[in-house]
Amino acid sequence: MSAIAGIKPQAASVPQRKFGRAPAFAAALIAGILLAFNASGYHLFQYAQVLIYMIALIGLNLLTGFNGSISLGHGAFFAIGGYGAAILMAHLGVAWWLTLPIMAFICFGAGFGFGMPALRLEGLYLALATFALAITMPGILNYKHFDAYTGGTSGLQVDKPKVPLHLPLNQDQWLFLCCLAAAMLMLFIAQNLVASRVGRAMVALRDHPIAAQTMGVNSAMVKATCFGVAALYAGVAGALDAALVGFVAPDSYSVFLSLSLLVGMVVGGLGSLWGMLAGAIFIEFVPNLADSFSDMFGESAKALPWAVYGVFLIAILLLAPHGIAGAVQRVVAFVRGLMAKASPNLTPELPAISAGNQPAEQNHRTTQGS
Amino acid sequence: MISRRELLATGAAATVATGATLPALAANAPGVTATEIRIGQTMPYSGPASAYGIIGRTEAAYFKMLNAKGGINGRKINLISLDDGYSPPKAVEDIRRLVEQEKVAFIFQSLGTPSNAAIMKYLNNAKIPQLFVATGAAIFSDPKHFPWTMGFNPNYQAEAAIYAKHILANNPKAKIGVLYQNDDFGQDYLVGLKSVLTGDKASMITKTVSYEVSEPTVESQIVTLQGAGVDVMLFAATPKFGAQAVHKSFAVGFKGVRYLSNVSAAFPILKAAGLDAAKGLLTAAYVKDTSDPALAKDAGYMEWAAFCGKYMDKNAVVDGNAAYGYAAAQTMAQVLKQCGNDLSRANILKQAQSLKDFTCATLLPGITLNTSATNYSPIRALQIQDFDGAHWKSVGGLIHS
Repeated sequence: MSAIAGIKPQAASVPQRKFGRAPAFAAALIAGILLAFNASGYHLFQYAQVLIYMIALIGLNLLTGFNGSISLGHGAFFAIGGYGAAILMAHLGVAWWLTLPIMAFICFGAGFGFGMPALRLEGLYLALATFALAITMPGILNYKHFDAYTGGTSGLQVDKPKVPLHLPLNQDQWLFLCCLAAAMLMLFIAQNLVASRVGRAMVALRDHPIAAQTMGVNSAMVKATCFGVAALYAGVAGALDAALVGFVAPDSYSVFLSLSLLVGMVVGGLGSLWGMLAGAIFIEFVPNLADSFSDMFGESAKALPWAVYGVFLIAILLLAPHGIAGAVQRVVAFVRGLMAKASPNLTPELPAISAGNQPAEQNHRTTQGS
Repeated sequence: MISRRELLATGAAATVATGATLPALAANAPGVTATEIRIGQTMPYSGPASAYGIIGRTEAAYFKMLNAKGGINGRKINLISLDDGYSPPKAVEDIRRLVEQEKVAFIFQSLGTPSNAAIMKYLNNAKIPQLFVATGAAIFSDPKHFPWTMGFNPNYQAEAAIYAKHILANNPKAKIGVLYQNDDFGQDYLVGLKSVLTGDKASMITKTVSYEVSEPTVESQIVTLQGAGVDVMLFAATPKFGAQAVHKSFAVGFKGVRYLSNVSAAFPILKAAGLDAAKGLLTAAYVKDTSDPALAKDAGYMEWAAFCGKYMDKNAVVDGNAAYGYAAAQTMAQVLKQCGNDLSRANILKQAQSLKDFTCATLLPGITLNTSATNYSPIRALQIQDFDGAHWKSVGGLIHS
């Protein structure tokens, strides 16, 4: 059982390495490139933001979905990534793309360092410890002795990255494509990580911590590493975000960001990596959708959007209790079941897949999301 | 979420959007038609600063009233006000939506220092006016570096300079103790004080103590000031801490003069501190205290109350933020009136730079708005007011910073 009551990652056990991944990546890349040349600058900005959230969500999901630890403070590492990148760019003149690996490295260290002691706390106590981190972060960024670097409450302006090499792209297209490349790369790495020995150890610690330790898994080390990797993902996302928005301030990284990331992960589907795209779309677009929904109730309903947002959230959790990825997998399993009934000898591999999914209603264990 | 139709529509729009600069002359700004002027704004309707949301609602209601009377030069004003939750990245997204999707002519009264700082570069690069920003930070009145961004509130340094002048005029031998919030906001007050108290007068500032926003109370700081034997206290504090400072300075029996920063001078805050404790406070104001029954016969107040009766809910009458929003909207309407039929972005900015002794119904008597190509702070004089235990009363004339 997972360490935390109530968390039931739906995509179970250890995924297998398959060759089936390439089509999904190719489709995502083609869709992204088509978008880049057809959407307006404003929409590309939003889509880039989606991809950035997706990166952060993948990291959080590695921690929660695969390792069973809850973090309410992921926004803090997002903030470190963002501020770090902004300071590197604004004060030290570092090229923006170089800030990504640097902040990845720094955030891994920060996450590992924080994780080592904090992960001795179990379940909800860890959640509270990370929550404290999220609450403290804006205060630290506001601290007067850092003003020379952080710009205090007024924040720090960053020059947005320019399109290199006279490529026939505008700035929005270029940034969107960079975010797309980064998201796909980070997704690929995450998939390989969960399929590796460390990934199996992570899942084992989530499901049966005592059994895993008996088998020789170094619990503290694996958990802290996992926390570090999750922070690394958040740091890369934060650094990309600073370049995309061109501005950082303490108010950019309120506690609400951490909570939004948690919401996105649950909505997307615990334990599903591709599902994080759906979760990211949710946290980027549903507030806007809720805003236009509540506009229908007239000017006096200006405070209503978050109530509408809550309704959307409850609706999704009712309709898709295992997140959007879980719902998609159920639909796929259902359709395959129908097809198998209609023509039992349709394809040779079909029995093998449906064998794992047969009682789709009771058992949501499928191979990790694609 | 993203609909397919939206994607197709934006595909078509992508070719016309962004990049291409407008011809230098004439052509009206995007969002201006023969019948409409479209204006954009971001407001914290949700989040930590949502108490300010009423400013946006008042402004929308003001334009609704204008439209009911036929608009400005035959055009109706359409204010699109989006919620940014006081989050700078959200403000950037909203502004891009307003400029690129909704095609607004310009941005009016977006609220908050961080949100405005986040969008300032984008708007200046695109040469889109960012008018009368709703914050007192001095960076938004810098025509040399950001010619398309103009402030509205008197800035905090100017306010502090006015306190310093008032102290010099009334008690030239004062020993001043300052409590300030340890961030840009509080430090602006120190800068303003020191800009007036120079040379041998600098030593008048006997003791300064600061607090962090994360601290639970400022009581020990007040005790420190009292212990330093000061006879003037200045609280450069945001509402929660302002109330604490007022209460504690009364409780320790401080007998000197106390100045309270204007952002904390609203009635509900003083009520929290205790009205007895607040008696005798001084502040520098520019918006009328619309809760004061003495204003009942005031022409500006009557205009304001009539407007609230018809377009707002009743409680808004006594809300200082609502009264502030009314003044800002009136100023904006004046600029658009001055524009006549030339509603290019260049002319809108030029007219915003050409306010001459403009007065607003909800601003104190004598407060006039003036701007020029080099002066982006419309309000430069403030009125010292004294709290009589129930209302703020003006004392003396206006003081210029």
